[in-house]
Amino acid sequence: MSTLAAWPVLLPLITGFILLFAARGGLRLARIINLISVLGVTALALALIGVASDDVHRVYALGNWVPPFGIVLVLDRLSALMVGLTMLLALASLVYAIATDVDTRGPHFHVLFQLQLFGLNGAFLTGDVFNLFVFFEVLLLASYGLLLHGGGRLRTKAGLHYVVINLVGSTLFLFAVGALYGVLGSLNLADMAQRVAAAPAENHGLIAAAGLLLLVVFGIKAAAFPLYLWLPAAYAGTSAPIAALFAIMTKVGLYAIVRVHGTLFGPEAGALAGLISPWLAVSGWITLGLAALGGLAATRLRVQIAYLVLASIGTLLIGFGLATPKASAGALYYLIHSTLLAAAFFLLADLIVRARGEDGDRLEPGAAMPNGVLLGALFFGLAIALAGMPPLSGFFGKLLILHAALDDAQMAVHYAVILLSSFVIIVALAKSGSTLFYQTQAEAPSTGLPPQKAALPAVLGLLLAAPLMVVLAQPLTAWLEATALQLHDTRGYVNAVLATPAVQSAP
Amino acid sequence: MELVIALAIGVLTAGGVFLSLRGHTFPVVLGLTLLSYAVNLFLFVMGRLAIGLPPILDPAASGYTDPLPQALVLTAIVIAFGMTAFVIVLALRAKSELGNDHVDGLHSEAAGQERREEGHA
Repeated sequence: MSTLAAWPVLLPLITGFILLFAARGGLRLARIINLISVLGVTALALALIGVASDDVHRVYALGNWVPPFGIVLVLDRLSALMVGLTMLLALASLVYAIATDVDTRGPHFHVLFQLQLFGLNGAFLTGDVFNLFVFFEVLLLASYGLLLHGGGRLRTKAGLHYVVINLVGSTLFLFAVGALYGVLGSLNLADMAQRVAAAPAENHGLIAAAGLLLLVVFGIKAAAFPLYLWLPAAYAGTSAPIAALFAIMTKVGLYAIVRVHGTLFGPEAGALAGLISPWLAVSGWITLGLAALGGLAATRLRVQIAYLVLASIGTLLIGFGLATPKASAGALYYLIHSTLLAAAFFLLADLIVRARGEDGDRLEPGAAMPNGVLLGALFFGLAIALAGMPPLSGFFGKLLILHAALDDAQMAVHYAVILLSSFVIIVALAKSGSTLFYQTQAEAPSTGLPPQKAALPAVLGLLLAAPLMVVLAQPLTAWLEATALQLHDTRGYVNAVLATPAVQSAP
Repeated sequence: MELVIALAIGVLTAGGVFLSLRGHTFPVVLGLTLLSYAVNLFLFVMGRLAIGLPPILDPAASGYTDPLPQALVLTAIVIAFGMTAFVIVLALRAKSELGNDHVDGLHSEAAGQERREEGHA
């Protein structure tokens, strides 16, 4: 039994407690501790990606309770990838938060930040459905605090909506988990998968109802149509580094759909196999279409970026809805790309707001910005990558998904929705870019400030992902294809988890 | 007994859904609380109803009651309690910052100011 899977969960929790006590030592101490911890866990997470590349499921049974009786943490390729992505994002947003003094605007920023990472890493690594609920609550409670960090009328209003809809989601989660436990008699994901496959026909309706209720819950987290209405206000209203970190929050919902539904209703599930695939594709089409229109209609830059996050969710739902290893590999490529670059865009938008001074992020002509050329160049690069134009990573991600969609029965709809929405997003970004950077009033005095030097590395580091993912496309896609194969091999997952022996204590 | 418990869950859920769709924050908080009561009862029943049976292994026992849902309910109660406390504080803060207790924070005279502020936020 390997303890590796436990460390990315435990270290943020321990650091969170240390930070709580270190609050007396001042902000500087808290910043140093937080930064060291995030750097350490990032290095660990990247090492775990290397460790997980040998296709072995590393199972850690908490308290030495053998599965299916205890809670397990499972480290495989996909969970290692998601933890690595979370930590890279956390590093960039923490650097940005410290550079722009966001953490001085309210108490306990660093503690909440670490607890957020605790919840995120736990949700990615757990192999138990009720434990997934607990980690969801941990990450949500930390996210409520971070979302409201700094305060303000709009932030409070958006925060109230976010909290209420997520509380309703948590209640539905418990209803679904309770119903599944009542029918299947287990909460261990691998054990449940076996029992779904062996369930008698009269229980199929109940299992399907609980499974679809679970899809609603994860759909709220992932902001899939029709449950996305909370997202634009919440993401546009919060502070930039938190919005950047939240780029992974919607992906948690997607990961849960892929992990839980993929395992429970995978190819081995008999009559219930592929329960959710048709719903995913339809939800993806509508999410993507509405997100593109929302981006076009947005009157503020940050709202537009929030709609770009939504568009990436729509594309990913289509990709995962195809339910083939090839499509999943393409969707995972697009997931890495969209998470890192959407986060970079939120950070860049904050620099643009700062440079525009009183004009804020309204998409109206304003005074010329200091360092306008630098900001404009960054905006141009990000816009190309996110809209999915060559030569940057968004193009390759969409290409991989579209290529995998060729064999699908609804190929025409997939192509039409993805290509048309890409076009609409290009128009929207071109419109806002030219409004912000070209239609400036030369005679108006600029009230903006140039970007902080220390904040630029965070934006540039995230932006670097776009060219890097293209240069390293070959090894990356090969790794992701192996990941997708491992993900679709539910029998391998079930056998690996259930065969975990207890550790014998030394006599 | 099954019927009574099923009815109780149904009534609590219906009341919770109705209240959480109201326009003011206080009924919404009450509705969320009722929903969490309903789900706690639901989770508890998912281990099947049994009276006077032991939860742990006993050679003399004729049957068992499932101890796991009780642990789940305990976890769910603690989490729901914490969340309710948080949402009450948030609702109070929203009332003091937005000047009213509507979930959208909008009243006729506040709406105009809201729109003016959006550009600056």
